Amino acid sequence: MATSTSLSASAPSVYDDKTVRLFTLVSVLWGVVGMTVGVWIAAQLTWPELNFGIPWLSYGRLRPLHTNAVIFAFGGCALMGSSFYVVQRTSQVSLFMPKLAAFVFWGWQLVIVAAAITLPMGYTQGKEYAELEWPIDILIAVVWVAYGVVFFGTIGTRKVRHIYVANWFYGAFILTVALLHIVNAAAIPVSLTKSYSAYAGVQDAMVQWWYGHNAVGFFLTAGFLGMMYYFIPKQAERPIYSYRLSIVHFWALIFTYMWAGPHHLHYTALPDWAQSVGMVFSLVLLAPSWGGMINGIMTLSGAWHKLRDDPILKFLIVSLSFYGMATFEGPMMSIKTVNALSHYTDWTVGHVHAGALGWVGFMTIGSLYYMVPRMFGQTRMHSIKAIELHFWISTLGIVLYISAMWMAGVMQGLMWRAVNTDGTLAYSFVESVKATFPYYLIRLAGGLLYLGGMAVMVWNVVKTAQAGRYAPLLIPKFSKAPPALITPLAVPGTT
Amino acid sequence: MDILYLLIPLAAVLVLCILGLFAWALHSGQFDDLEHEGQRVLTDSSPAPAPAPAPAAAP
Repeated sequence: MATSTSLSASAPSVYDDKTVRLFTLVSVLWGVVGMTVGVWIAAQLTWPELNFGIPWLSYGRLRPLHTNAVIFAFGGCALMGSSFYVVQRTSQVSLFMPKLAAFVFWGWQLVIVAAAITLPMGYTQGKEYAELEWPIDILIAVVWVAYGVVFFGTIGTRKVRHIYVANWFYGAFILTVALLHIVNAAAIPVSLTKSYSAYAGVQDAMVQWWYGHNAVGFFLTAGFLGMMYYFIPKQAERPIYSYRLSIVHFWALIFTYMWAGPHHLHYTALPDWAQSVGMVFSLVLLAPSWGGMINGIMTLSGAWHKLRDDPILKFLIVSLSFYGMATFEGPMMSIKTVNALSHYTDWTVGHVHAGALGWVGFMTIGSLYYMVPRMFGQTRMHSIKAIELHFWISTLGIVLYISAMWMAGVMQGLMWRAVNTDGTLAYSFVESVKATFPYYLIRLAGGLLYLGGMAVMVWNVVKTAQAGRYAPLLIPKFSKAPPALITPLAVPGTT
Repeated sequence: MDILYLLIPLAAVLVLCILGLFAWALHSGQFDDLEHEGQRVLTDSSPAPAPAPAPAAAP
């Protein structure tokens, strides 16, 4: 037992949440910005006149701004902030190199601002979700390595021998995204604002979707599963339903994820067998995904009443339901015959947003509602009723959004493939665009509702922040742990 | 499809790394007491801001 006293003497006994606090606040801010751009471009699809003939307001430039802002700014800041929060608590140690963590924060904000300036100006590598030009790509790589150092450094200095499952997910997310980014962003610069990909033609497409789908798998899935495995047990005040299953979930997911990417390239120049490999791996992924989803939801087993009273839990659990829906729909859409109908239609957009608004968005929002008050010396948000309101209007928004896109997508797919008896196409493309108009309108309404929910959140966060002050939280002493849990090893040397 | 000469070995190396990591986790006892490790998360921070618990040092 001597180790625990000597350890606590050397390390500060409070968690270092300064960067966490900043990350949670900017995550809300970027969420509002990214979703506003999303609503705007949804309106542009409905009424193209909204381009106003201004190049930097055109759909083609604002769409990557929307995706980058919601994925890397809103989602990214939430992932970075929550991972710093979770890794300290589950390792029972203060953050490793807090100054470097501050660099991660400001560096990442610089990336976001640079993206917000260059994308509307039309500087792009033309790769989906990897549009940013090479100088920004280098900055991302530097910031990301620093992020990895802080995160894994904290794990390395942990006071608990066991590495909690959430950290495994966060760790896989950090390592894989670094690898994906570096391989896919390889480019030959010709000037400060222009570069050409190191790969060409179908090779480039393969790398791009190897990156693209694994970004979905590791940025938008593994990272947020890390959040899920921490914040659901915390908010429900119950341990995860089966901790054993969560470990299986992790290893099964990372072993099988890497090769799903080719399903983005069905019926293209990619060799047929590679497409089939992508489809098979995508189908396999259903198993670990649903294992994790059921594990998360069943955490409430025996305490379902909490779901009725606690809107934060509603966010977290409904998020998992959308995870289940999206991870069922995804493998189905990767089947070639289904993909022949769904590809290039708005069905894909609906699928993505079930995952983005439902899974990623709700998980982020729920986790932020958990963390924000704790960043201001409180235990709950200013208004629980406002969280409830936020939950219901965003849920309604998602339902409108995805059902409109499902209908639009299937309709488009059927119209495009319809042929007359003489073999000519039954519809011209523009007829399918015209037929989509009402669904675009419904989608816009759904997006507006979701954005409205974020506005309620901003108000709630501001009120909570005004009412409280940052007060560092103590790292509990080992003696506080339940008897069976005392494993105070953490000898400095396990690194 | 020359790119596969990069991506497939990369995937193979990665799987080997993951296997190595898994072996390390297994042998270093990461999976020894999963029941209790799953519960530890519930006791990881003090309920109140700073000047609260610290109930004496360990025996």
